[in-house]
Amino acid sequence: MAPWNGPLEKIDEFRWRIPKSYMNGMRVDGVIYADDKMIEDIRSDKAAEQVANAAFLPGIVKYSLAMPDCHWGYGLCIGGVVATDIDTGVVSPGAIGFDINCGVRLVKTNLKEAEVQPKLKDLVYALYNDIPAGVGSKGDIKVSAKEERELLVEGSKWVVEHGYGRQEDLEYTEERGAIKGADPDKVSQRACERGKNQAGTLGSGNHFLETQVIDEVYDETAAAVFGLEKGQITLMIHSGSRGLGYQVCDEYSKDFIRCLSKYNINVPDRQLACAPVKSEEGKAYLGAMKCAANYAWANRQCLMHLARLVFEKIFRISPKDLGMDLIYDVAHNIAKMEKYDIDANEKVLCVHRKGATRAFPPGHPELPAKYKKTGQPVIIPGDMGRNSYLLVGTKKAEETFYSTFHGAGRRLSRSAAIRACRGRSISGELEKKGILVMSSGRETLAEEAPEAYKDVNEVVSVVTGAGISKKVCRMRPLGVIKG
Amino acid sequence: MKRYEQFSHTADIGVRVFGRTLEELFENAAFAMFDIIADLDGLKGDITRDFELTAPNYEELLISWLDELLYNFYTKGIIFYKFEVTLVSADLINAKAFGRAVSDNRNRLKTEIKAATYYNLKIIKKDDYYEVDIIFDV
Repeated sequence: MAPWNGPLEKIDEFRWRIPKSYMNGMRVDGVIYADDKMIEDIRSDKAAEQVANAAFLPGIVKYSLAMPDCHWGYGLCIGGVVATDIDTGVVSPGAIGFDINCGVRLVKTNLKEAEVQPKLKDLVYALYNDIPAGVGSKGDIKVSAKEERELLVEGSKWVVEHGYGRQEDLEYTEERGAIKGADPDKVSQRACERGKNQAGTLGSGNHFLETQVIDEVYDETAAAVFGLEKGQITLMIHSGSRGLGYQVCDEYSKDFIRCLSKYNINVPDRQLACAPVKSEEGKAYLGAMKCAANYAWANRQCLMHLARLVFEKIFRISPKDLGMDLIYDVAHNIAKMEKYDIDANEKVLCVHRKGATRAFPPGHPELPAKYKKTGQPVIIPGDMGRNSYLLVGTKKAEETFYSTFHGAGRRLSRSAAIRACRGRSISGELEKKGILVMSSGRETLAEEAPEAYKDVNEVVSVVTGAGISKKVCRMRPLGVIKG
Repeated sequence: MKRYEQFSHTADIGVRVFGRTLEELFENAAFAMFDIIADLDGLKGDITRDFELTAPNYEELLISWLDELLYNFYTKGIIFYKFEVTLVSADLINAKAFGRAVSDNRNRLKTEIKAATYYNLKIIKKDDYYEVDIIFDV
C-alpha cells in the first residue's frame, strides 16, 4: 500500500497535526500522538486519512484525535477519539465500532510466580476447557427473552445477582457495570437473538484471557493502593458485547445513512453515518448502545467468575486466600457523556472512543473512593509475547478528553501476519520464552503473532512522554487463551 | 474468473470481489465471506434458505445481503457455501443460499466476522465485469 501523503505538521516531540485546510469540510484539525519513529508506521496505512474524515462530524470539539496505537479501521480509525457538543453535534456508531464496549479487566491474585509455574500447564488447559471461546461458541448463561432485557439494563449487577461474582466487583467496574439510560426497546429482536447464547463467551480474534506476572513496578505508591507488587500473578480479560453489540452497530449504521440527507450532514465515508445526539435517531442509538455496553460488562463479569473457579480448582485454595479481586474494568469502544470546560464554559460532550481508553485523573468524582488519589486504572494489553501495562490517568489528559491508548496497536494485516508465520510454530516459539498459548481458531495464533503488533513498550513511552498517562507496573504473559 | 482476492488491511479483512454480472458479484461476495468464516472445501449441504431483500441502492443491498447471511449463520447455525442471486431491480434481490448445519462441522470454523462494513464501499463497473472492495470487521 502506498504510504499516506497528506500533511502532518510536527507540533512537538509527541504530537502531529493534520491541518483542517487538508480537506474541504474538515471542521477542526486532526491531532495524532506519536513519536518520529511511530509516525512512519502510522503513515503506512490509512489511519491518518480516517482521522481527517472524522473531523467532518458536525459539532466536533477542538480536534479529531488519534492515540499512538492507532491504525486503519473503518469509519474512524482504531485509536480515535472524537468529542462532539451534545447540543449541536452528532453521535456516529462507526466512531465507536461494531464491538460496543469491547474492553479489558484486570484481576489480582495473591499467588506468586513460583507457586503458579509448576501448575501452569494444568491452569492453561483448564482455562481453555472451562471458558467458552472461538467462533460460534455458546455461553454458560441461559436467559429467557425477559431475562435478557433485564440483563441489558442491569449489566454486571444482573449476573452478580445470578451467582457470577461478588457485589464488590461492581465498585471497580466503569459505570458499576451498568450505564444508565439503556433502553431494551431500542435493541432489535435480531440483536437480542444474536446475544442470547453468547453471554459468558470470550469471542475470537484478538480477544483473550491471560495469566501474567508483574515483572516491573514503576509507581510503588499507586501499586500498593491496587494491592500489587513485583512477582505477583494477575489475570487480564479482553472481550466485548459479542453478536449483540455487532448487530446493534450494524443496524444503526444502516439507518443513519438515511440521517445524512435528512439532517443535511456531509461526511466522506458512509461508515461515519451519524445523527444529531438529541434527535430521535440519536437517542435511540444511544439507548441501544448502552444496552450493548451493559451486556459487555456482564460478559466480562461472567468470564472473570469462570476464571476464578478454575484458579480455585487448580490451586485448591479458598476464594479468600486466592484474593482474586477485580482491580478495574474499562471500556475502549464506547461513547460517553462527560463534562469539560470548553472556553471557560462547562459543556457536556459526547466523547466517542474507538480503541481508546477513558483515563480520569486523580480526584475525578466518578472514580471509586479507593482510587481517588491514584487516578483511574488504565489497563493496556500488549501482544502475547511481550508485555502488558497498568497505568493511571493524569490531569494533563484533559487535552485528550481524558482519553489514552488501548493497546499495542496492529502493525501487520492478518494476512501479512499469516504469511510471515508460515512454516513456523508460534506456540513453540512462545513456549521457549516461557509462555503457554492455546487457541481455538486455526489461524488465530499466526494472526496474533507478536510481530503483528507494534512494540507496546514504545507506545507506552509516547503516552507517558506526552503526559496523558502514568505507568504503574508492567506484566509479562505466562499463559494465554485466545479465541 | 477469480471469485475474490484478499487485500491487506491492518485491523480487519479486506476482499476485492469480482463478478461478470451484478448477480455474480453478490454471489461471490457471499462466498468470500463464508470462505473466511469456514473451510468450505468439499462441503455439501442439505439446507436451503430463500431471501428477499430491499435497500435503496446496490451497495446497501450488498451489505444487507451479507448481513442477512451472517445473522443466519450466528442464530440458525448454518454455514452457507453456494448462492443464487436474482436482481429483480436496483433495490430488490431474490436469493437462495445452500448450506449445512454448523453443529456437524465445528472443526471447519476459522474466523469470526463481526460485520460487513460500508467503509469506502463502491461497486465499480469495468469493461466486462464488476468489482467491489469490502472490509469485514473481524
